[in-house]
Amino acid sequence: MVTSSARIPVEKTYKIYIDGKFPRTESGRYFALKDGAGAVVANICRGSRKDFRNSVVAARKAFAGWSATSAYLRGQILYRIAEMLEGRQDQFVAELVLQGRSKRSAQKEVLASIDRLIYYAGWSDKYQQIFSAVNPVSSSHFNFSVLEATGIVAILAPDDDGLIGLVSNIAPAIVGGNTCVVLASETMPLCAVSFAEVLHASDVPGGVVNILTGFKDELTDQFASHMDVNAVVYADHASAGKIQTKAADNLKRVVARTDNKWTAESAQSPYLISDTQEVKTTWHPIGS
Amino acid sequence: MDNQNKLAFDGGWQYAPAPESTDHITIDGQYGLFIGGDFVAPESGKYFESINPATEEVLSSVASASSADVDSAVKAARKAYNGPWSKMKAAERGKYIYRIARILQERAREFATIESLDGGKPIRESRDIDIPLAAAHFFYYAGWADKLEYAFPGKRPVSLGVAGQIIPWNFPLLMAAWKIAPALACGNTVVLKPAETTPLTALKLAEVVRDAGLPDGVVNIITGAGETGAAIVNHDDVDKVAFTGSTGVGRIIQRALAGTNKKYTLELGGKAANVIFADAAIDQAVEGIVNGIFFNQGHVCCAGSRLIVQESVADEVVQKLKDRMETLIVGDPLDKNTDIGAINSASQLETIESYLRLGQEEGAEMHQSSRDIPTTGYWCRPTIFTGVSQSNRIVQEEIFGPVLAIQTFRTLDEGLSKANNTPYGLSGGVWTDKGSKIFKMTQKIRAGVIWANTFNKFDPTSPFGGYKESGVGREGGMHGLGAYLRLEG
Repeated sequence: MVTSSARIPVEKTYKIYIDGKFPRTESGRYFALKDGAGAVVANICRGSRKDFRNSVVAARKAFAGWSATSAYLRGQILYRIAEMLEGRQDQFVAELVLQGRSKRSAQKEVLASIDRLIYYAGWSDKYQQIFSAVNPVSSSHFNFSVLEATGIVAILAPDDDGLIGLVSNIAPAIVGGNTCVVLASETMPLCAVSFAEVLHASDVPGGVVNILTGFKDELTDQFASHMDVNAVVYADHASAGKIQTKAADNLKRVVARTDNKWTAESAQSPYLISDTQEVKTTWHPIGS
Repeated sequence: MDNQNKLAFDGGWQYAPAPESTDHITIDGQYGLFIGGDFVAPESGKYFESINPATEEVLSSVASASSADVDSAVKAARKAYNGPWSKMKAAERGKYIYRIARILQERAREFATIESLDGGKPIRESRDIDIPLAAAHFFYYAGWADKLEYAFPGKRPVSLGVAGQIIPWNFPLLMAAWKIAPALACGNTVVLKPAETTPLTALKLAEVVRDAGLPDGVVNIITGAGETGAAIVNHDDVDKVAFTGSTGVGRIIQRALAGTNKKYTLELGGKAANVIFADAAIDQAVEGIVNGIFFNQGHVCCAGSRLIVQESVADEVVQKLKDRMETLIVGDPLDKNTDIGAINSASQLETIESYLRLGQEEGAEMHQSSRDIPTTGYWCRPTIFTGVSQSNRIVQEEIFGPVLAIQTFRTLDEGLSKANNTPYGLSGGVWTDKGSKIFKMTQKIRAGVIWANTFNKFDPTSPFGGYKESGVGREGGMHGLGAYLRLEG
């Protein structure tokens, strides 16, 4: 007979996020995330190269629609992500604490992440006004240059800041109309999976953001070399040479974001948006 | 020329009425002045009525602010400026403005209904244009609050202080948004006066401001007529004046501000020309003309109130326009089928009618739609004048009603010189299938906004404002920020 009235908590299965769905890794592999005392916190998907390729297919499929979405709507969707995250602060703080953070620093990181989303939401219909130009060419032409999303951005998220490192690199990529595939921090993957759930509840179309967990050593090559990826963003000095070399296969734009203190306001700027934009110039005759 | 393909809109069938319901809105019987975060009674105890121009029924009575009330509003705004608002982190200021945007989106249907009741505009326009654009304006400028330094490279943008803002009756809530959103984003506090015939949505906006939790006094909304506006303009502690209205009043304001160091933006009248070339897509152009002059009963400063059409297609365009005018439904602003609502006030109707008489006296030929119009309320049939000359007053002066003056031209230069030949320069329209001609025309038309193969398009990101006697300064977009900032360094 059961005598205790204590309720047994239900634990979450941490899965990856591809094309707006939450599959397990196709490889069936996992790695155990442990707390400071060595106890298993969760079994995390050890994503594979095939998972990455599937994500790129999803990101490519989502690109046409997302890049054509109006700036106003993209801004409202980023704002919506912030609204969703605001209501789930406690969950993210708890996960950061589980992964070794002090409560205070976890709270700071979560609040900074929400504000960062608002910051980039605001840029959605403004960065174009900062970086575009009407060019006073000498001939009788109306000549203007505008920014356009480069395409699919592969992001190797920073290791140290499980949430804000992730948010700070996803937001400027997608606000500019790119879609992305992200490898979460290997040591702090919990918030990335939960953030995917926030994205899922925020009107972000499936495939715009795809988030994998797994081993950086195993997946970095694939992130840097895949022929249908247009830009690669990394935050880790150690793999810089390898990434730059592999990126040359299809002339990927390589964006290094090393040494950033992600919680600081200095880590946010519209230049992070322009990092993954192309400049397009149009000539049009003027005359009768 | 007879149009063989005319649709038989008068073919014995009618639209069933599709009226917007009013059971979801609340309008108080009386409104005080929104000063320092509360609705307060006016010092004089005087109130005036706001009526529904479609029925002439009283909607509410609103306070008449005296110069003493203006003084309390400016003091409340100053206190809020010196207190929390100018000290607040810019990003946090932005969050308050986002809240206003979100609440407006949530309450959009209520605002649209009240806007149509109070001002007479078709519900289709208030629902699809006025209210969504107002919310979008707040959303856009909210994002600028913590990004101002990017708009002014090499300078340090600093807020001005208290902005006094006076808005017209043609787009009541939208004009309030155009004024308040950039002012707040740039760190100023505001005293805003809506027009005396359309105060209700501004007063409802005061509720939104309160519900959004903005610090008391950051936004003050006071109602009254011209004297209230004059008291705002002339108040010593106002740092910036933003006015949208007639060129006549704009001139008075510019004189009144001379020597005071107050910054100002003036968004005034217009007499925009829609220039239609023979190579234009004619049916599309006719729709553009209709939208240009009959949108919002022609109560639009940037209305395309002149049509300048290339001679070889003039007869065709005028015939198609007349046919199209027969299909326009003039009637209940709350009916979703309505194309043209009520004229905003008895006095505006009188002005329009005086121009209709004047046009005929000047020798022009007047043509009006033959459709019925309601018997109570203020109404004007869509009207066009042909056979006008450049010096006619109906060509030179802003009528602010559904009245179009039509001229013809042969060469691009002739069309251009006619288009530019008024004291105004707010907007213009060009219709041609040839891109190079569009850019030639947009280069040469002396106006602040030019629409090519479209008309009356607005967006928070796009600057708006006039050349010549259509005003000073720009509102909207990145360029709209400068009006609310001082650049240091």
